[in-house]
Formats: sequence, C-alpha cells, structure tokens
Amino acid sequence: MKIVVDFDLCQSHGLCTEAAPELFELRDDGFLYVLNDTPAPELVRKAEKAALECPVGAITLKDE
Amino acid sequence: MQRVVVVGASLAGLRAAQALRKRGFAGNITLIGEEPHAPYDRPPLSKQLLSGEWPADKLFFHQREKHDALELEQRFGVRARSLSAATNEVELENGERVPYDGLIIATGARARQLMAAEGLAGVHCLRTLDDGLAIRAALEQRPRVVIVGAGFIGLEVAASCRKLGIAVTVVEPQALPLLGPLGAAAARSVLELHHAHSVAFHLGRTVAAVHGGGRVERVLLDDGSALECDLLVVGIGVDPETRWLAGSGLELEARSGGVICDRTLATNVPNIVAAGDVVRWPNGGQSELVSVPHWSNAVEQGNAAATRLLEGPGTAPFTHMPYFWSDQYDRKLQSAGSVRGSDPFEVVQGSLAGASFVGLYSRGDRVTGVLSSNAPAAFLRARKLIAASASLTEARAAFQ
Repeated sequence: MKIVVDFDLCQSHGLCTEAAPELFELRDDGFLYVLNDTPAPELVRKAEKAALECPVGAITLKDE
Repeated sequence: MQRVVVVGASLAGLRAAQALRKRGFAGNITLIGEEPHAPYDRPPLSKQLLSGEWPADKLFFHQREKHDALELEQRFGVRARSLSAATNEVELENGERVPYDGLIIATGARARQLMAAEGLAGVHCLRTLDDGLAIRAALEQRPRVVIVGAGFIGLEVAASCRKLGIAVTVVEPQALPLLGPLGAAAARSVLELHHAHSVAFHLGRTVAAVHGGGRVERVLLDDGSALECDLLVVGIGVDPETRWLAGSGLELEARSGGVICDRTLATNVPNIVAAGDVVRWPNGGQSELVSVPHWSNAVEQGNAAATRLLEGPGTAPFTHMPYFWSDQYDRKLQSAGSVRGSDPFEVVQGSLAGASFVGLYSRGDRVTGVLSSNAPAAFLRARKLIAASASLTEARAAFQ
C-alpha cells in the first residue's frame, strides 16, 4: 500500500496525525508531512482511519 | 441479518454502508435518500461551490472513492414516509414498503425556514446541493444580498459573496455573530473580520416582515429599517429530520425531535441504530444527551452505528471529541472539544486582533475546548490537552 496525499486539497486539519502519528506529522510551519508513505502491515488500519477522517478527502491509499 | 436499510444518503449514511461492507456484511444494503443526488460532501457548499471555485461534480464522494464494490441498492430522490417497527418495514413516499432486518437512521437535519418569507422567490436556505446551486445561480446576477442569521453558514455565505465582490448585509438577533457558540471575545473578532471585508450588520435585530411581489424585494426589521434585497439567504439553524418517525415507537427527544440513542448509538427499538446530525446520545457517558452536528462526527458515528448493528449490545460505547472548522476569507477557524460561549475563554497564543490565535475554553480548572484561527499545529496541541483532561495551569505552561 502507498499513501498519496493531494497537497492541493490538504488544508492542514491535522486529524490524520492523531489517527496515525507514525505516518503523518503537522509541523509548526503549518504544513503536513508524510513520515512514511509505505506503511507496514500493522499500520494499514491506522492509515485507513486517517484517510477516512480527512475532512477534505486528501489522503488516498493505493494498492501497489 | 440479511437486509440492512440505511435511511439518509449523506455522509453518515454512506459511511455506515461502507463500514458494513468493511466489516464483512455480505447481505443486501439499501441506501435511501430524499435528494435526487448520489452522496456528496456538504462543507464546500457554502465555500468552494458558492464562490465558483469548484464545479458541483467535485462534491460527489464517488468522484474520489470507489463505490461500485459496495454493491448498494440505491434509492435516491425518494423520501421515507414512515417506519413500521412492528413489521420491520420502511414505507417510502411512493407507497413502496422496504423490509429490513437492520435499520440505520441517518436522516440528518433540515434547515429552518423563515416564516415571514414563505412563498417568495429569491429566498434560500443552504443545506443541500440544490440550495447551493440555486444561490450560486442567483449570485451571477450580482444581487443585493441579505443574510438572516450570523451563524457559521450565514458568515461563510457572507465571506463567499464578498469574495465575488457582492454587497452583503447580515441580520442577527444576538448582539454579536456567533455569540452563543463562541462567547463575546471571539465573537467580536469575527465581527471585526467581517467589518474589514465590508459586510454590513444589523445586530440585535429580527426580521419583522419580508415584502415582494412574488420575489423578495425588501426585508423589514423590528427597528423599522428596510433593507432592499434581491437574494435572501436564511441560516437560522436546523432541526433533526425525524417527522417520518412520528408514531413509530422510536424514542425521540421532546425538545429537539432528535433520535435518542444509548452510548452505543442503539435506539430503544432492537436492530435500529442511528448516526449523524439526527442523533442525541450521552457522549462519553455524561448524563446529558448531546448532538454533535459536524462532519467528523457523522463519519465516526456512521462507522460506529454500523458496527453496533452487526455486533450487538456488547459493542464498545461511542465517544467523540467534537471537531469543526469554518473558512471565512483568509481565516481557517478550528474548534475541538466542548465549546460554549458561556464558558471562560482565554487566548494562549497570538491575539484576537490578528489572523492567528489559539484560545482555550474551560470549566473549573479543566480545559474543555479550543478555538483557533490559522494555527493548525498549535490547534492539535490544544486538542491533545483536552483529550488528556489537562488543567488550565498545565495548558498555559504548554503554550509558554
């Protein structure tokens, strides 16, 4: 699985960083950073939660 | 359980249907929606849709998600008329009866109408895509706009109008916009923001009458002011859409009409759960029933209600930290936790006079809510403090 963030859509709501802190970080510059775009199997559920909870649908998970 | 019916085809209903499949439910799912459209996202209605940044197509969830594999039986453009809990059937307005083994109620809320404007053209609420398209079409004529209600919807519509260079007057019975939800200090900063963008306000005023020959022409206020007007947008709140449940035996809250749920989002009738704006439930085990009519809650309740339907009474209670946001001009306001205008409010970062700030609401010594503007990272810090039931002293220290 690969995490793809559409940064044109991302508005830094930051809910993904709570759903999956191992994968997403919102830094003091106000921008979102993807820490790891190919999550290990045990993090896939968290990645899915992050995608589901993104208020602007900016996170998609692609099967590789 | 073979047949699940979801009544309400917006965010909560769609997420519930998706959660059923995700959890392995292989039976029949029928998704029933009053609007003629496939499920779409509502927050952009007052922002990207009105300002013309986005075409309507971009709002549909199926544009960004794969829905085919859900194998939903979709019934859009038809209202549910009544529920027969005794025979496990939903009756539609066309007379059809749809049987269910499990029912998810996600009918949301409907916008309150301004009685004084009844029957006049050029008067719109903003709740649905069709409302949004009608207002957007009206804005193309460069109308004189009056907005009744300085809540989040009204203010976002005002900001979108100003973005288009269209003059706006806002009428609000309270002394400040968002006074009840946010309190006086934050409300004043919101008022200043809109003043800076040349929005006119009539605060502490109510609508006495709306005049027009077929179309709205003039709004009369209780102080005798007359506002010439080609487009009237009404944003005076919503009521749970539960008229179809009257007499069904399903327990409704007397005050609001919302569907009363337990901590797991189950109703008083077996095999019926509810999700989204229609729900009143004891969040976090508190005694009071609350409604959290925001986007994130609809997502999470849709998911939780579907889980409850499949797994039964042993399902973990649903607890949610409210989250909402509002985009007005260059500001992104974010709020989390329990925010009441009557609670003490203290700015811990930035200033209400500037574009960026973080303010905390408290009860006693505990931080209970946050409101921020253009401070997304600090907002998340505050959210964590609320989740940890931090004291005000701890919270102040965290923002030193």
